[in-house]
Amino acid sequence: MSEILTNINFAPFLLSFKLAGVVTLILFTISLPLAWYLSQTRSRAKPYLEAITALPIVLPPSVLGFYMLIALSQHSPLGAFFKTHFDISLVFNFTGLVIASCFYSLPFMVQPLQGGFASLDRQMLEASYMSGRGPLQTLFRVALPNIRPALLSALIITFAHTVGEFGVVLMVGGSIPGETKVASVAIYEMVETMDYASAHIYSGIMVAVSFLVLLTVYLFHGRQQRGIGV
Amino acid sequence: MLRIAITQPLHGSQGMMHLALDLEIEEGAFVALSGVSGSGKTTLLRILAGLEEAKGEISMGDAHWLDHGKSLPPHKRGVGMLFQSYALFPHMSVEENLLYVSADSALATQLMEMTGLLPLKERKPQQLSGGQQQRVALCRAMMGRPRLLLLDEPLSALDPKMRASLQQEILALHRAFGTTTIMVSHEPSEIYRMAERVLVLAEGRIAVDGSPKEVLLRTTGSQKFSFEGEILEILPVDVIVVAVIAIGQQIVEIVISMEEAATLEAGDRVSISTKAFAPSLLKLNPSAEGAFDA
Repeated sequence: MSEILTNINFAPFLLSFKLAGVVTLILFTISLPLAWYLSQTRSRAKPYLEAITALPIVLPPSVLGFYMLIALSQHSPLGAFFKTHFDISLVFNFTGLVIASCFYSLPFMVQPLQGGFASLDRQMLEASYMSGRGPLQTLFRVALPNIRPALLSALIITFAHTVGEFGVVLMVGGSIPGETKVASVAIYEMVETMDYASAHIYSGIMVAVSFLVLLTVYLFHGRQQRGIGV
Repeated sequence: MLRIAITQPLHGSQGMMHLALDLEIEEGAFVALSGVSGSGKTTLLRILAGLEEAKGEISMGDAHWLDHGKSLPPHKRGVGMLFQSYALFPHMSVEENLLYVSADSALATQLMEMTGLLPLKERKPQQLSGGQQQRVALCRAMMGRPRLLLLDEPLSALDPKMRASLQQEILALHRAFGTTTIMVSHEPSEIYRMAERVLVLAEGRIAVDGSPKEVLLRTTGSQKFSFEGEILEILPVDVIVVAVIAIGQQIVEIVISMEEAATLEAGDRVSISTKAFAPSLLKLNPSAEGAFDA
């Protein structure tokens, strides 16, 4: 047992966290304007956009992974474009994982942010416009500072959800050590090869980390609701 | 000159109606906007602010705010607005709320001084009373030196004493900055004290347009006193009948005849007037006067 513990390879965990960190950053940048737009618009396109954004929640990861594989492969226009102009392949490498994960985790970033923005006092936002400030300043100086709990939820849940993904990663990334072999894929392989001891340790670490992340979110929410603040 | 010529369908209290207005307001005027709820007052203010759409034209001086489909966005109109809910920015102090509009800290200090907020400038909005919060909102609205100030029942949530002192401050700021001001109000005394013109909206149209004296003083001909009230109760007392009537905040008893009693019932709106008698005025003890306000 002690031999297994000392020989434990943390690379899949580091890869999982690196992937989750990069995806969270990219998704925050993309989702902020999208969530703001969805919370403010009265456009008829809104339900369509909302439905598309929420699709990854209900779709089996294999379906999403399959389409990503088709869309990003070198035979697709997008994949071919990146291959010929930048010599970047979009599947079976880290870049492909990031792109696929961004789609997969999108609703987990957009929905809490949109909910936070929608719950803001409308008149407060209007007061910002009446103060001579446009939508961009209103977003960054009035709206964002007043949805801090939702913002924290969005960041942490997106991070945690990306760490926990499996199907999409396996379809788009395969299992290349150090490149696409994240923790969840590593555990799958251990079970396949009947290496239950390692699978136990890896799974135990995942449970502990996930629990700590969720606990942080709920502790923070509890403090906010009791008005203690942070 | 503020020129308004707009139409807009409205979902009013009695179903669909049309807001259809064509009017001009002198620059620097203080206009009171009155009318039953659902008559389009708030919608008119929001259209002027650019927060709601309408068809037609709105121009302030030579600036076109609404010009047949082209609408200047709210933050480019130079309009100040006071909301019923104050709508302060909760994460900013009093001073930061003001400086959000413009970095003119001299103006911020002047406004806070005029409204007695200077000692509270470091506080957050949730540490202030309702009256203080509305003062902050008022100062914030003036920070942009607006060409038009819109007040949507700004004092309705405040007690009468606070109301009176804020009325004075709104008037003082109006005079100091010469801002064209439109205030929604239902209080005759407030309108009389503050406005030089009263517009009464009814079902999306202007029903009355005149000076507060013309619109609010209801006595006609030989009537010396005339009040509107609501009958609360009709009580037979021995051989006479007494009607208990609410006139504003005051409850009075008035003797009526049996015939009159037969035509009236509780809940009726009535006009109470009297002629040819000399009223005597008695100055009220100032300490007793505010007894109901506190």
